[in-house]
Amino acid sequence: MIDGQPPAVRLERASLRLGGRPIWTDVSLTVASGEFLAVIGPNGVGKTSLLRVVLGLQSLSAGTVQVGGRAPRPGNAPIGYVPQQRAFDPDLPIRGRDLVGFGLNGHRWGVTVRPEGVRKRVDGILRRLDAARYADAPVGQLSGGEQQRLRIAQALVGDPTILLCDEPLLSLDLHFQQVIVQLIADWNRSRGATVIFVTHDVNPLLSAVDRILLLAGARWAAGSPDEILTSETLTRVYGLPVEVLRHRGRVLVVGAELGGHEPVLAAHEDVIG
Amino acid sequence: MSLWHYAFVQQALVAGAVTAIVAGFVGPFVTARNMGFAVHGLAEVGFTGAAGAILVGLPAELGLLAACFAAALAIGVLGVRLRERDIAIGTILAFGLGLGVLFLSLYTRYATEAFSILFGTIMAVSRDDVVRSAVVGAVVLVALAVVYRPLRFATVDPEAAEARGVPMRVISAVFLLILALAVAEAAQVVGVLLVLTLLITPAGAAQRLTPHPGLVILYSVVIAVVATVGGIACGVVTSLPVSFFVASISLAVYLTARLLGPRAPATRRAAA
Repeated sequence: MIDGQPPAVRLERASLRLGGRPIWTDVSLTVASGEFLAVIGPNGVGKTSLLRVVLGLQSLSAGTVQVGGRAPRPGNAPIGYVPQQRAFDPDLPIRGRDLVGFGLNGHRWGVTVRPEGVRKRVDGILRRLDAARYADAPVGQLSGGEQQRLRIAQALVGDPTILLCDEPLLSLDLHFQQVIVQLIADWNRSRGATVIFVTHDVNPLLSAVDRILLLAGARWAAGSPDEILTSETLTRVYGLPVEVLRHRGRVLVVGAELGGHEPVLAAHEDVIG
Repeated sequence: MSLWHYAFVQQALVAGAVTAIVAGFVGPFVTARNMGFAVHGLAEVGFTGAAGAILVGLPAELGLLAACFAAALAIGVLGVRLRERDIAIGTILAFGLGLGVLFLSLYTRYATEAFSILFGTIMAVSRDDVVRSAVVGAVVLVALAVVYRPLRFATVDPEAAEARGVPMRVISAVFLLILALAVAEAAQVVGVLLVLTLLITPAGAAQRLTPHPGLVILYSVVIAVVATVGGIACGVVTSLPVSFFVASISLAVYLTARLLGPRAPATRRAAA
């Protein structure tokens, strides 16, 4: 972080309750500008809610949150957001380039009077993400990986300094997972953009992340991958015996499923393949 | 043919064309937002409004417009969330029709009036009706232009739109009011029972022809105008109901687009 520049995101003793149920409690975390943070944890621990807090769509029940030194609010221009994947209706009359264009001016009132400027920027990001080939096809008829690339293009077209991604690797095969991680890691390095990446499987990210935030019900932990992905930390956070195996740079976590949770960092396919 | 010189035919054509243009613009948003049921619900509540207006001696069109607008407000307030919307619409629709039955039983000379509200009164429009159509149509088009981009964003990609600061509730409410006006317009031409033929079918055909959002609107407008003006012409020539012809032309275009259009389903692999 450059001196004097406010951190990208700062949470201080932040707690969230939804419907009377505590989701996470007393989380204090500073995400430096340019950092790549992975947020991991089982289903239902409030990973998406954390992104909604940063977006200003969800308020904390206690504590404070600051984005770029200020309270978050929806429509914050420097934030790009890749929401959790949702299939588009195959009949929807929207092309890939329309979806990407929303990221530039979809929130503005009125109609686009001069489309040339928008077109140029949309074409630029589509080329950069190698998505120009299918930009004129209806989005609902594209594959999951192609749709995901367009969503990332939409998030990046406004040149954000903070990129929030919610499970962007879901339902993608291993090859496409690597492609998407590479795209986001490139953006993180070349633009110095902050990335907060929510995922239930940290393995595809290990080459790119600076830090991991692990949410697990009442407990949480944040630190470097080496600090977080250890038997001690995971056992403490889960309150269950958890073992971390390392194999050729891959991490396999076993034991977390004993408590009825999903395996947090399942990597079976990596070990087998 | 001398029939075309009659004022009532010319007025019907002008009012019909204006209505079709409005419906053609609004239709693609109805299909994209899956709001066919809302269209039907609004129209049936409009019927109740028209029946109530006749009962107290006011013009039916005024009651129709007011009831559609009130129902849109009620649906907007009750069911902003998508899952609840069908329930809210169904509840209001059922209550509205219940009231309609009540009005029907209270007003004895009702049968012909009811028939014309249900199946359209385009051949009986007055000069005032034409002016009113034009004014309501202009309001709808201006409102649609103002909300165009955020409405599209909110319709296609609600999570991202919300994060980008699009006021989702405002957009939903404004679109419902736009829809109410469009439904009231369309009901005058084809009747409350046939509004879907102008508000769904042309857009459904158009989106089979192109994925370009601007062209979808253009095609939808053209198809709606062709169906309406063609329907009126056939009605004038044959003295059979205009609504029948509008619905038939609309259906024919839709089927043609589905069977022959470039966007036949499953041309590419489905979304993963």
